[in-house]
Amino acid sequence: MELFIGALTVFVLAVFVGFEVVTKVPPTLHTPLMSASNAISGITLIGALLLAGQTDNPQLSRTIAVVGVTFATINVVGGFLVTHRMLAMFRKKN
Amino acid sequence: MIPPQIRDLIYVLAAIFFIFDLKWMSHPRTALRGNYAGVLGMVLAIAATVFSQSLDWGTMAIGVGIGTVIGLVAALRIKMTSMPEMVGVLNGFGGAASVLVAGAAVIAAVSALSGAAGQAVGLQTRVATVASALIGSVTFFGSYVAFGKLAEFLGVKWKLHTWQKIIKYGFSAIVIAGAGWYGVTQGIQPHGAGSSEGLMGIAVIVCGLLIGGILLRKKDRFPGMNALKGISFLASMGVGVMLVQQPENQMLFWVLAAAAGVLGVLLTLSIGGADMPVVIALLNSYSGLAAAATGFVINNTVLIIAGSLVGASGVILTNIMCKAMNRSLTNVLFGVMGPTSETPDADEVYKSVKSTSADEIAMMLDGAQRVVIVPGYGMAVAQAQHAVKNFAAMLEERGALVEYGIHPVAGRMPGHMNVLLAEADVDYDKLRDMDEINAEMDQVDVVIVLGANDVVNPVARTDPQSPIAGMPIIDVDKARTVVVIKRSLSPGFAGIPNPLFSLDNTLMFYSDGKVAVQAMITAVKENL
Repeated sequence: MELFIGALTVFVLAVFVGFEVVTKVPPTLHTPLMSASNAISGITLIGALLLAGQTDNPQLSRTIAVVGVTFATINVVGGFLVTHRMLAMFRKKN
Repeated sequence: MIPPQIRDLIYVLAAIFFIFDLKWMSHPRTALRGNYAGVLGMVLAIAATVFSQSLDWGTMAIGVGIGTVIGLVAALRIKMTSMPEMVGVLNGFGGAASVLVAGAAVIAAVSALSGAAGQAVGLQTRVATVASALIGSVTFFGSYVAFGKLAEFLGVKWKLHTWQKIIKYGFSAIVIAGAGWYGVTQGIQPHGAGSSEGLMGIAVIVCGLLIGGILLRKKDRFPGMNALKGISFLASMGVGVMLVQQPENQMLFWVLAAAAGVLGVLLTLSIGGADMPVVIALLNSYSGLAAAATGFVINNTVLIIAGSLVGASGVILTNIMCKAMNRSLTNVLFGVMGPTSETPDADEVYKSVKSTSADEIAMMLDGAQRVVIVPGYGMAVAQAQHAVKNFAAMLEERGALVEYGIHPVAGRMPGHMNVLLAEADVDYDKLRDMDEINAEMDQVDVVIVLGANDVVNPVARTDPQSPIAGMPIIDVDKARTVVVIKRSLSPGFAGIPNPLFSLDNTLMFYSDGKVAVQAMITAVKENL
């Protein structure tokens, strides 16, 4: 239970930080914001990596986790790269 | 090996970088730096994870390798006009990854605790597993539908390209075959159709057939759709509660994922056109919440923080999009348009429409000091952004001030127009928000509306009975002259005629967006 309360506290506070930070993002950058936050949500990759890599896990669990690793990696690599492509276009010319 | 304490400290560091990523997104000047911060945070979190215990590198490398190649190719090849599809697909992979991680975690936990498993798996893990399967599966199937609608191969009547057919039929085939295989081999065959395992197997098969079948239809609505939405929602909840009570029952997990999949399909299928930005933003939020739920399953703080940041970001965007259409989220999700009165007769509204030509527009632009271009989805379809930029540059050379008025829901995702114009090298200072540009609209000489319709319809201000009543619009009718570039007088997504087109100060230029802009460039040159 203590563990849960700790995790819940982190969750609630992080939601508030998210609200504070994202409210300041201008509409111009809403698409890159989405693709970047998408890449961040690919953080499930670390969970997938652990489950895929632990040799004492049952084979079925590891197989499912490898598919998870693949999907999460697509999310991370694709998300950050496509964000970079977009943001590189936003510049000020004189 | 990194000791667990150090690993957790690195996780904190990664979380800080993620926050800075979003914080630096607040200005185009710092946004690129923000993205690097996000990459750094991700690399740190991954490194801390894989070096913290002895893991089998081979297995991990397979997934990372395949994923990297697919991610690289997709991100490098995608066109800027297809960015909504890309974001939709990425959302889907995020949701699927969450389901799979939670599923794998449950199997691992149950096997590690074999015996008194049901009691030993903590309540937090059980609830979080349910949340993960539910939200993740809704996200995955919902995102696939959003992608299919954006790429125009789901719920449409016209003939499909080969690649569209491959995806459409392939996806349905895989879902049906996968559900069938699982239901038969895990449920019906070993335990008999009447046993509880058999029934769960049948449930998975039914859900698979529903998903696969509905996605093959050529229409995006059917009678009883909202009822089925409600049933699949209640079914998901019911199975979720059962799964909390008996976490060792792995089959229930997949029944839940399947039922939530039906829900995800139904929630997004009827949504299209101008409502798409809301759905994309909402799915974005779900993909974050699914990741956070997975964080609760495996007790990992950085997953919880990153997931909730993304969840919050998606909620804000969803809210902005809903406000920009003056509709509630329930309205969008259940496909209800605002108060619907008698739609005014189009012929009546359009009886005094005046059409114009490129030459006439060129003459008008000759004396114009301030020009505002209002782009819509039509600009994306016509890929006219580069032509628009050239056109604007030419007017600027002649001393005019050219700006862009951008409605929050113009296009198919939040910020869609901005990205396209940025691709064409338009300075971001010239991209003005709706409120800013509306305040100065009466000083504008010429407004050029390019492929936008509902977002400039003055009915939103004047007729409280209209489906778009109260929706904030760009007040182009307050400018001295309005030029509307449009293929025909066909209505926009809201399906109502636009009285703007027949105002005294409005001229219609019937043409494809790109062709029209190029014709205007030629005409302005000749007019020198």
